Amino acid sequence: MEKFTGKVWVLGDDIDTDIIIPTEYLALPTVEDMKQYGFSPLRPELASQIKEGDIIVAGKNFGCGSSREQAPEIIKALNVKCVIAKSFARIFFRNSINNGLLLIENDQIQEKVKEGDTLDVTLGESVVYDGREYPIQPLPQNLMDIIEAGGLVEAMKKRNGVK
Amino acid sequence: MGNTIIEKIIKRNTGAPTVSPGQIVTVNVDRVMIHDIFIPFVAEKFEEMGFTKLWDSDRVVLIYDHLVPASAVEDIRHFKIGDAFVKKYGLKNIHRNDGICHQLMTECGYAKPGDIVFGTDSHTTTYGCVGCFSSGIGYTEMASILGTGEMWVRVPETIKVVIDGKLPDNVSSKDIILRLIGDLGADGATYKALEFSGSTVEEMSVASRMTISNMAIEAGAKAALFAPDEKTAEYSEVEFSDVDWIYGDEDAEYCRTVVYKAEELVPVVACPSQVDKIKPVSEVGGTELDQVFIGSCTNGRLEDLKAAAEILDGKKVADFVKLIVTPASRKIYMEASKAGYLKILAEAGAIITQPGCGLCCGRAGGILTDGEKILATNNRNFLGRMGTSKVEIYLGSPKTAAASAVAGKIVAAE
Repeated sequence: MEKFTGKVWVLGDDIDTDIIIPTEYLALPTVEDMKQYGFSPLRPELASQIKEGDIIVAGKNFGCGSSREQAPEIIKALNVKCVIAKSFARIFFRNSINNGLLLIENDQIQEKVKEGDTLDVTLGESVVYDGREYPIQPLPQNLMDIIEAGGLVEAMKKRNGVK
Repeated sequence: MGNTIIEKIIKRNTGAPTVSPGQIVTVNVDRVMIHDIFIPFVAEKFEEMGFTKLWDSDRVVLIYDHLVPASAVEDIRHFKIGDAFVKKYGLKNIHRNDGICHQLMTECGYAKPGDIVFGTDSHTTTYGCVGCFSSGIGYTEMASILGTGEMWVRVPETIKVVIDGKLPDNVSSKDIILRLIGDLGADGATYKALEFSGSTVEEMSVASRMTISNMAIEAGAKAALFAPDEKTAEYSEVEFSDVDWIYGDEDAEYCRTVVYKAEELVPVVACPSQVDKIKPVSEVGGTELDQVFIGSCTNGRLEDLKAAAEILDGKKVADFVKLIVTPASRKIYMEASKAGYLKILAEAGAIITQPGCGLCCGRAGGILTDGEKILATNNRNFLGRMGTSKVEIYLGSPKTAAASAVAGKIVAAE
């Protein structure tokens, strides 16, 4: 199983998609153009501070709000390795799976971890912080199939025989 | 064991002998809706996936609404790409200037009772008002449906909401859904369906039900369903006898039941900047306003404009307050014009805009700046949605909005 270690950014409950990427930037041509505005209504400096491999730890209902798929895409474009939240909103959850953004549901780690700390993650098994292990619930097989194909686009390419 | 409405719709669609919450099923999609913001991404992903034709062009609807008319040069690119997609793949159902997608989907008969519909917008839950299972998805999933006509769904648990009795005159369906979101919380119905019943719901117009199903996503819901009745059949132009199978069985299993007495409900508002931060108007009364907005796919229908016109008839919008009114569709705009509501609103000092998403998604026509306050009838008051992140957005009913526009501060209608 893949293992990684990442530095933590802590966000609160109900981080909505308008916070992750405000509507006014959605007509910019590419996600690369948009990513500098990620989280700007809440923390304008955050997008420039996030480094490759960092981890976002948030509260409940992460990604609530609109269906904009740029929300997980921007988090991925900022090179965030995974988002650990107490819970995820439904459309954001589907969009993340389809784009290969790793989500971990856990409702205990938030009380312990502080911004700037590091976490060790073993995919499909656990998150380790300060010597304590937090187990990760496995995803249903149909979702694992999409993730294993490398996202929904890759899964459909395979279906359609596109090289 | 009986079934809830959403279980019945999924059962009929898939032909599965039994359907129960938690099961993952593949459904045959009856209709899809794509709007202008996401068409470039859908088109790109569709071709990247290797599809060369739509699974069924009759079942695809493209609606330009968020960017109509263009207020930034980049917006036009979306129309160009959309028009090219229409031409290349023979798409027939295209609306370029007719109004907001969620209004048009039922108004034009694209989403009917018993159908399964997906759209690239979170407020796609709206079509539950006619007993349709409809939900929002992202553009990658939309691209895969365009090629395959299929979509996987997890059969959701259902929360039953029963409202009985007669609503007070100054309370409308907007107050009911705001109260429910406050009680459930912004994630209280995540992954679940809501099902509405009771004598208050039976008395309600389809338009009022639409306000409720539109906002169900603000509690995280996957769908928000009403059993069709004769009013629905007339609105959707179907025979009631063809859709009378769509109701929740007596012995269906609900994960939770929430009951309200209509007589006990009061006008409420959602306070900045969460939709579940609900307070009675009496508790925030006197909050001074810079702007009032009546419109959107939540509350831009004829009965909403009528309610506003009745309150504003012969009165004036307060000094320094801008009242912006946006009908949800061109059809509604014309009906409101014919009924004289637009004249009354204009005489009271309202700015009446073209139908579209405009101000609700913060793209055009009335954005605000730091420290300003707005009372709006749309569905979201998120940080930064209508201008800077220091704008305070309150959400309320058209009646509360109209009365507040006259008072210049938040007040309930009399």
